[in-house]
Amino acid sequence: MAIAGLPEEEYLSCGHRACAGCGAATAIRLITKAAGKNSILVESTGCIEVISTPYPETAWKLPWIHGAFENPSSIASGISAALKAKGIEDEINVVAFGGDGSTYDIGLGHISGAFERGDNFTYICYDNEAYMNTGIQRSGATPYGASTTTSPAGRESIGKVEWKKDIIHILAAHKSPYLASASIGYPTDAFKKIRKAIETKGPTFVNLFATCPTGWRSDPAKSIELAKLAVETGVVPLYEIINGKHVVGMPRDISKLKPVEEYLKVQGRYRHLFRPEKKEMEINFIQERVKENLALLLEYAETGH
Amino acid sequence: MIDFENVKLKIGDTEITIGAVLESNGSTSNLKTGAWRSMRPVTDLEKCISCGICWSLCPEGCIIKRKDGKFEADLDYCKGCGICANECPVKAITMVMEEK
Ligand SMILES: Cc1ncc(C[n+]2csc(CCOP(=O)(O)OP(=O)(O)O)c2C)c(N)n1
Ligand code: SF4
Ligand code: SF4
Ligand SMILES: [Mg+2]
Repeated sequence: MAIAGLPEEEYLSCGHRACAGCGAATAIRLITKAAGKNSILVESTGCIEVISTPYPETAWKLPWIHGAFENPSSIASGISAALKAKGIEDEINVVAFGGDGSTYDIGLGHISGAFERGDNFTYICYDNEAYMNTGIQRSGATPYGASTTTSPAGRESIGKVEWKKDIIHILAAHKSPYLASASIGYPTDAFKKIRKAIETKGPTFVNLFATCPTGWRSDPAKSIELAKLAVETGVVPLYEIINGKHVVGMPRDISKLKPVEEYLKVQGRYRHLFRPEKKEMEINFIQERVKENLALLLEYAETGH
Repeated sequence: MIDFENVKLKIGDTEITIGAVLESNGSTSNLKTGAWRSMRPVTDLEKCISCGICWSLCPEGCIIKRKDGKFEADLDYCKGCGICANECPVKAITMVMEEK
């Protein structure tokens, strides 16, 4: 049975220890529903590992392996090799996932290795844009201008000064057959992309944008609203790269984007861009870069790249 | 051959499995996280259109489909985040202060 376009079965049990309004917990519900019962999950250290397994309890109702911070992709490679040796690789889905710290930074070399070898599994990054579990440190996924404990805003600082790493195109350069950007704000779209990634043979990747109200200093009730707003402003465009070709889902019209300001001003991590005085130059810089980035994606899609 | 699944190590008084293998399944449900809550969702069942959108978005997965097809939070686990109330397309859910 399906409810709201998603399978009814639950594979993450209640009683997990995530903060109220945790977007990553909703992300995991989507990932496990897409994977289904014939799956082996591998996960790195991070919030979701910590909140789901207060030893000896576990929230998981699927086989789940906790790897070290950097190596869920290597463990997934091993599992996929074992399934192949047993001749059952088509019967069981291997799904590795990790936070953005694990994916964009610490585990990137291992992911690159697995993608270069062409190993058969899906990697999903639940991207909450910082190392949340250890106290909100900036990662390669933290966006420009966001204040974190290691990129603090202050009189001489506007928060993180580097742009977010483009992980999808890094992995696209490995010739992966399927890559996608998804957001928990659009659960059925995210579900379909994860299913496609799992059904496609070879190493596939989905970046699943997931609000962290604790780290972003946002209203927990707005976790989904924010995940939608990120898309509607073009900050997080939803797209796929299927066999090297871009398909842009949304947004598709640069002239109709909501202003990035609407998205920034409701998050404490960007508070310094509005107070004590509004930093027009920084906000405009973000606005222009967001437009440029979307224009580039649309151009790729139009020209068959 | 060693039967690893049944070998236990002792750390102090606690017995643990090799590799910290978890022997239960979904056992976090032992903890009733509803105690964390300060606000409680109240669903107006007359207004609920049975779409299940609240169910699909709740981080706890604690919204239950009732026999009549409508949806309601399991207050044993609901942490009171307010996502369901914010996202309900017909505004059938209201957050009210939890009285102690
Ligand atoms: C090699 C290594 N370095 C550092 C840590 C400490 N550590 C555990 S979780 C974590 C942050 C995880 O960040 P991310 O992957 O983004 O997941 P999140 O907590 O945000 O869900 C860190 C730094 C570790 N476990 N292993
Ligand atoms: S810190 Fe953020 S990601 Fe971690 S459990 Fe809390 S809300 Fe979720
Ligand atoms: S308030 Fe939050 S935790 Fe409670 S039922 Fe609604 S979405 Fe779930
Ligand atoms: Mg993170």
